[in-house]
Formats: sequence, structure tokens, C-alpha cells
Amino acid sequence: MNFELPKLPYALDALEPVISKQTMEFHYGKHHQAYVNNLNNLVKGTEFENADLETIVKKSEGGIFNNGAQVWNHTFYFMSFKPNGGGAPSGALAEAINASFGSFDKFKEEFSAAAATLFGSGWAWLVKKADGSLAIVKESNAGNPMRDGLTPILTCDVWEHAYYLDKQNLRPKYIEEFFSILDWDVISARY
Amino acid sequence: MAFELPKLEYAYDALEPHIDARTMEIHHTKHHAAYTNNLNGAVAGTELEGQSIEDLLANISKHSVAVRNNGGGFFNHNLFWTVMSPNGGGEPTGELAAAITKDFGSIDAFKEAFNKAAATRFGSGWAWLVKQADGKLVVSSTANQDNPLMDIADVKGTPILGLDVWEHAYYLHYQNRRPDYIGAFWNVINWDEVTRRFKV
Repeated sequence: MNFELPKLPYALDALEPVISKQTMEFHYGKHHQAYVNNLNNLVKGTEFENADLETIVKKSEGGIFNNGAQVWNHTFYFMSFKPNGGGAPSGALAEAINASFGSFDKFKEEFSAAAATLFGSGWAWLVKKADGSLAIVKESNAGNPMRDGLTPILTCDVWEHAYYLDKQNLRPKYIEEFFSILDWDVISARY
Repeated sequence: MAFELPKLEYAYDALEPHIDARTMEIHHTKHHAAYTNNLNGAVAGTELEGQSIEDLLANISKHSVAVRNNGGGFFNHNLFWTVMSPNGGGEPTGELAAAITKDFGSIDAFKEAFNKAAATRFGSGWAWLVKQADGKLVVSSTANQDNPLMDIADVKGTPILGLDVWEHAYYLHYQNRRPDYIGAFWNVINWDEVTRRFKV
């Protein structure tokens, strides 16, 4: 089966000024696409040739894992956004955030700190544990928390390619603005 | 004495078009400066204060993650700026060329190995030409700000050439085209400095 770059539910310029059209063109159009292409080439003739993406993320290693997880991570990341997003979650996810972090603001603070302090390339994650409680984890490079049995709820890409054209070295500014384009309906549904 | 951000021997625009002035300025005044400041902060008031960067790196497994990341970042960028020059490029000569030919088969074979190390480093990191304890030259790559002087490195030795493949090193100019950046780097390599480091 051939993996494909998912269509986005918004235009490439829809997240401006937080994420520029130029960044989207490279991040989605080049990086995400390259991971899809690499994955399709790498799985040929391997035990993962007909595997679904989640299986690849959980079970593979090396180049297949790097590209497969990057396909999954980027899709999950891009699908968390909408123009004029932001605000705060409601319902069950809001309650779980309050129970696990004390308040939405405390969650935001901890998530932002994780994203800001991840050294090198990687992802900050909000995850659901088996008992329904929430936690924040950092993963380097293509890392994905499903490999540890955790359910991803939200992720922030802190590879420099995610923000360097727009914010250069100012990663904390990117993280702060990231919250203003989140689609909490989509994110809450994951919980 | 605290570690200091070194001055560059050339202007920020001197490596254009291979490395653009804006990238150089942000890379030096923001990224390298942050590593320098954070390294000073990490050792201040500890028993590590006053140690040379080489001594810190040689025993990095005993130190904090902050010393590892920022000490590496401080040293690696110090090396990086010196192995580039507006009058760079061309090919190594003399003793260094002889050693490269002996250990890699040819200059082209070395270039190929170095390019591959730089291109295939997944995520952030560096590609290196390393002089090992027995004098042999090898190519390696390290993640993030690690380097061959660290006692935790898979390939240990003295780095004599290094290429930064963190995206911040090339993204403003080359975006996703890391191979183009790697190709351009050969036009600015300061072989005199690499040779000097080889002979030390």
C-alpha cells in the first residue's frame, strides 16, 4: 500500500501570521512529502510493505521508523490547527487537564517548557496514559510516544524547520503563538 | 575566567553566496552566544569553573546535560568559524592531503564519506573529520552538540574539520536542501586551518 501526503483542511496561508505560507510550503510540501516518499521507497520488499502507518511507528526501526514516524507526527501536527483557533478546551479534555496539571494555564506552562527545552530536533507531546490521566513528554527527532503505550493528544514540532523562516532562533515565540492556531475540537476528540 | 564568544576573522557577508550574512549573524550572535552564556551559567560556582573546554569535554560523562549541550555548542562553533574562510575552498595539500589519501583512498573518497555523514545525520548534529589517537583520519557524525572530544563519543579523537548540520546553519538560505548547503561548504573550507589542526 502506498502512503500519501494527507490533504490539509485549510489553505497554506491560513495560519499566518503564526506560521507563514512559506514555512507551510516547505514544511508540508517538501519535508512532509519527502518523509512520505522515503517511506514508500523504504518499505518495499520489507515486512512493513503492507503494514499500516501505526504499526510502522510502533514496530519499525532505523530509516523506516524515522520516515514513518515523521509522516505520522507531521499529519498529527498539521491536523491540530485551524485559522483563528486557540482558546481552551472544554468538556472531558478540559477536566482531565485540570486534574493532571491543576489548570489549563499550568498545562500550557509545562507544555511550553518541554517544547522550549527539548535540545536539538524533536517533538513535545501531550499524551493520555492508560489510566486516563495526562502527561507531557519530549521525544527527540522522529520519536513518538505510542511506542511507550501512550496515546498522543497534541504535539508541537520543534525541529528548527518548523519555525526558523518565521522566528529564527526565537523558539519560545513560536511555541507561544502555536497555542493561538490550535483546533481544540479536533484535539479534544483524540481524548 | 568565563568563556567568551570569539570574534570572527571575517565579516558576516564574507562567505556569501555559500553562507548568507543573515544566517552568519544569527548563528554567531544568537546561537553561539547562547551556548557560551549557558555554558558559563552551567559551570558558575561549581568545581568545573575555570576548567578548559577541552578538559570539560574529555570528562563530559561526569557532567550535567547543560554542560554537555552548551559546552559542545561552544566548542563546536568555535571550530566551525575557523575552518571557514572567504579565501577558502580548493583542496587540501601537503601532509594533510597525503594523510587523507592514505586513509580514505583519495580526496574524492574522503569528500564522499564526509558528504554522506553530513547528509544522513537525522535531526540536528555535526559531521567531522577526526584525527584519532594513532594519527589515522576518519569521518564521523555526532548528534546535537556532541563531538569527538567527548568521552561518550562513538568515534573519539581530535576534530580537525566540522560541519554544522543543525537546520539553523542553513535553513534561511537552503531550507530543506541540506545537500546543497553541504556542497557549498567545500567552497569556503579553510584548509590552512584544517592542516594546522591536523599537525597539532
